[in-house]
Amino acid sequence: MSKVISVAGLRKSYGSTKAVDGLALEIEQGEIFALLGPNGAGKTTTVEILEGFRDRDSGEVKVLGFDPATKGRAGQSWRDRIGIVLQSTNDAGDLTVLESVSHFAKYYANPKDARDVIELVGLTDKADALGRTLSGGQRRRLDVALGIIGNPELIFLDEPTTGFDPEARRAFWLLVRKLRDEGATILLTTHYLDEAEALADRVAVINHGQIIEISTPDQLGGRATSLATVSWRDGQQLQTEKSANPTELVKKLGQQFGGEVPELSVKRASLEDIYLEMICGTYE
Amino acid sequence: MSKPTALSIGLERGKLEIKQFMRQRESVVFTLLFPLILLAIFGSVFSNSIAKGVTFSQYFVAGMIASGMVNTGFQQLAIMIPMERDFGTLKRLRGTPMPASSYFIGKAILVTLSMLVQVLLLLAAGVIFFGVNLPTSANKWLLLAALLVLGSTCSTVLGIAFSNVPKSGRGASAVVSPVVIVLQFFSGVFFIFSDLPHWMQQVAAIFPLKWMTQGARSVFLPDSFAQREVAGNWETGRTFAIITAWLVLGLVWAVRSFKWERD
Repeated sequence: MSKVISVAGLRKSYGSTKAVDGLALEIEQGEIFALLGPNGAGKTTTVEILEGFRDRDSGEVKVLGFDPATKGRAGQSWRDRIGIVLQSTNDAGDLTVLESVSHFAKYYANPKDARDVIELVGLTDKADALGRTLSGGQRRRLDVALGIIGNPELIFLDEPTTGFDPEARRAFWLLVRKLRDEGATILLTTHYLDEAEALADRVAVINHGQIIEISTPDQLGGRATSLATVSWRDGQQLQTEKSANPTELVKKLGQQFGGEVPELSVKRASLEDIYLEMICGTYE
Repeated sequence: MSKPTALSIGLERGKLEIKQFMRQRESVVFTLLFPLILLAIFGSVFSNSIAKGVTFSQYFVAGMIASGMVNTGFQQLAIMIPMERDFGTLKRLRGTPMPASSYFIGKAILVTLSMLVQVLLLLAAGVIFFGVNLPTSANKWLLLAALLVLGSTCSTVLGIAFSNVPKSGRGASAVVSPVVIVLQFFSGVFFIFSDLPHWMQQVAAIFPLKWMTQGARSVFLPDSFAQREVAGNWETGRTFAIITAWLVLGLVWAVRSFKWERD
């Protein structure tokens, strides 16, 4: 498989603050890759360097085989192949959804059909509504429509579901999977760990400008082999025990109670538990 | 499908800019109607003659046409672009294959159209209500055309350059409008330039609006009025030279300072 994004030794400082400090990562074609990290970890700076919005101090960066820092005409044909969905924008309130999407289609050499894209993001009913009359979630879907109208090979999604209700988020996840199934590679940044878990093939946790770990969501931080928490009720007392062999423990409890164990539960660490441990563990 | 060019995208941007402009009632009123209101007020209050065959209204219409270039170019863009920067419009565009030049072509189309509408409205109101005489010689019309092309281009470029001065979109109007209003007072739009204090005339002579108003007077006032100008003549050559100098300065300033994102 070819690398859609490859980064090595990436560094960027603002004054004496090292925002990105020797970051390396590779993203394969056709995967949904999530970048996780607390505010100020270097996530935004990294993504903006990959998007060509920001220059780097040093390091190797290739996005679709192209250095995003390249200026001039070459950059335009590269931009023809990527789609960027930025964080909260609030523009073009005086244009209808269809007008905005059709207009953006004219920037690209090989765009998708505007009406198809509007349908894909679920705004067909709102095609003739002015931008400023859209709800927050509809507005975000318009942002996505504008980001994918150019038929991009690579899509950047920056906090795409902030402010969505649970139903809208599920619908949005379906849309992202659909885009991937059509062949796009997706780089997602998000604060929602359930979102990363639901969508991402691989996640990278970034802190202090460096990658702490890259893994699949279920393997991150040794999650698959981490201790399970078993809890049950013993008379008045709620008991909990961490165990590497929870099956054994449950069997033993079964024998001890001679049948059902009251209020039995076995829990693995959630992605959020693991993530917080990783972030706080490296925090001094 | 063939690859779009900077010009084809620029024309599309122009159409879009005009569509958005027409849908914003504030922009239509503020940019196009406000000068007419001013003309109605000033034309009614100062109805006296200021020289043989020249009323204040005529003088004022010439000044307002020059101001029209500043309003639709400099003022409109220096307020609109910071707002687009705040809204994320510019950053979004930067992330597409749209060439930067297409964005500016679109703005130039918007300015040209709104400037032409503005000048036509002022001329129509001037002729119908305030006895303004339209030029009769082809030379004067040519001079007007040259003045509008050069002045409007200069104003557009300076508006793009100045769009980096306001700290935010919301504050842009408060930063830009006073600059324009003070220049209008200094440059012989609201008062007769030769009656202004000497120091004010000297300050105004640094900036292009003074030269635009003088150029507009050379089109709309009889040549006999030229002797009432500070220099005693229309100074047409100097007028075009100074506006061109500002155009070049604005171009360098705009290219060097234009930002697609708020820092």
